[in-house]
Amino acid sequence: MRGVTSARQQHQLAEAGEPWWRQRESERKRPNTRTSSTIPSPLCASSLKMACQALQSGESLATLKNESDSLKKKLEEERAKLHDVELNQVAEKVELVSALSIRTRRVLKGHGNKVLCMDWCKDKRRLVSSSQDGKVIVWDGYTLNKEHAVTMPCTWVMACAYAPSGCAVACGGLDNKCSVYPLSLDKNENLAAKKKSVAMHTNYLSGCSFTNSDMQLLTSSGDGTCALWDVESGQLLQSFHGHTADVLSLNLAPSETGNTFVSGGCDKKANVWDMRSGQNVQSFETHDSDINCVKYYPTGDAFASASDDGTCRLYDLRADREVAVYQKDSIIFGASSVDFSLSGRLLFAGYNDYTINVWDVLKGNRISVLFGHENRVSCVKVSPDGTSFASASWDTSLRIWA
Amino acid sequence: MQILKECILYLLKKSLYLPVTMSSSSNLVAMKKIVQQLRFEASINRVKVSQAAADLQQFCMQNAMQDPLLTGVSSSTNPFRPQKVCSFL
Repeated sequence: MRGVTSARQQHQLAEAGEPWWRQRESERKRPNTRTSSTIPSPLCASSLKMACQALQSGESLATLKNESDSLKKKLEEERAKLHDVELNQVAEKVELVSALSIRTRRVLKGHGNKVLCMDWCKDKRRLVSSSQDGKVIVWDGYTLNKEHAVTMPCTWVMACAYAPSGCAVACGGLDNKCSVYPLSLDKNENLAAKKKSVAMHTNYLSGCSFTNSDMQLLTSSGDGTCALWDVESGQLLQSFHGHTADVLSLNLAPSETGNTFVSGGCDKKANVWDMRSGQNVQSFETHDSDINCVKYYPTGDAFASASDDGTCRLYDLRADREVAVYQKDSIIFGASSVDFSLSGRLLFAGYNDYTINVWDVLKGNRISVLFGHENRVSCVKVSPDGTSFASASWDTSLRIWA
Repeated sequence: MQILKECILYLLKKSLYLPVTMSSSSNLVAMKKIVQQLRFEASINRVKVSQAAADLQQFCMQNAMQDPLLTGVSSSTNPFRPQKVCSFL
């Protein structure tokens, strides 16, 4: 569902009933950049002046291009210098992970259409999930009760997030907005009436996340930008420009490591941003296709990404390079979502071939494959206390595994 | 004659020069941004992969025992495992 690259994939998606706008989006991969050309004019003084200006900018453009090429080469050299050993070599002496006894423990049925996103509440039992038909449901994972249900005015609600306090949920999708719904204990209260529109983008909302408090919301959008909003006033606090195509996912650094977040997009790049300055601190481009999901390692020193090219990769922020690739020749379908277990040893990845693979982060091998879903897995998230993880799928159900 | 020249110039500007000048200056701005970004990225401090990998491994090992999904928890402590009937003591 995420990004479309080849004609074959486009055709597949068209058959699967992808909305028309998704297919169009994919065609618009990069902005049109024309190289300048100077056209001297023989006509008169003003046109000559303009031609001179064009010539000047042309010259400095060439020098800038040279500088950018040399800088890129220098960056590659610097990164290569530090590449003295592979992660799995360092982890050779580590014991193999013993067989995991992870099975489906709960199946949450209730959505009428593809479930696109889900999030855990900090109380470790509640989840919020959103689906293609515009429904957002808050579940109790232990009892399977549906605690709240909201119908959004738009379809394809691709992003939903639980507030840290557990008192609100944020969601958005094709309406280009992110709205916050305060959750009330009163069952009869109409949640939709209390809705607050916080974020406004010029294209679909692909991801949203509260920062450490209920007061700020970080969003990513198909318009290629990420933005930080103040929930109360709806004001834009900071915007993050740098991606050259749709941004599909974002993840905040664990609170101990400071104010940064990572975003991944259809331009195959994963960017790390400083939330205060809006500066793009680091950028990684090693995937062969759209990055569907990015997730920080528990320490915040690394992050993993899942991509349509079927691989998941681990990037270390301090070494500033990719340090592991989780792939198998037998995996030909894209990975849609990843999450780490509490210790960071296990990487759970959901794929478009309906399975969830569990990878050993250090050794790089696949520990097991979890079957159960009957359609693409769209989202995988480990619970806050690490006792279980939940997966959302296009087969309209969510599963909790432990 | 002068008026004719001005007219031709005006039409040419509209169709030819203005777009060219604008695209070159906007390209210039974009290029400057890219170079600035690259300069910034080139200046950050980097650590060797061996060091970074060792730290990742250390964190995994230290926290392995606290990871319920890794070590597996017994049915009684895991809230998601099959529920047992509650009994009053």
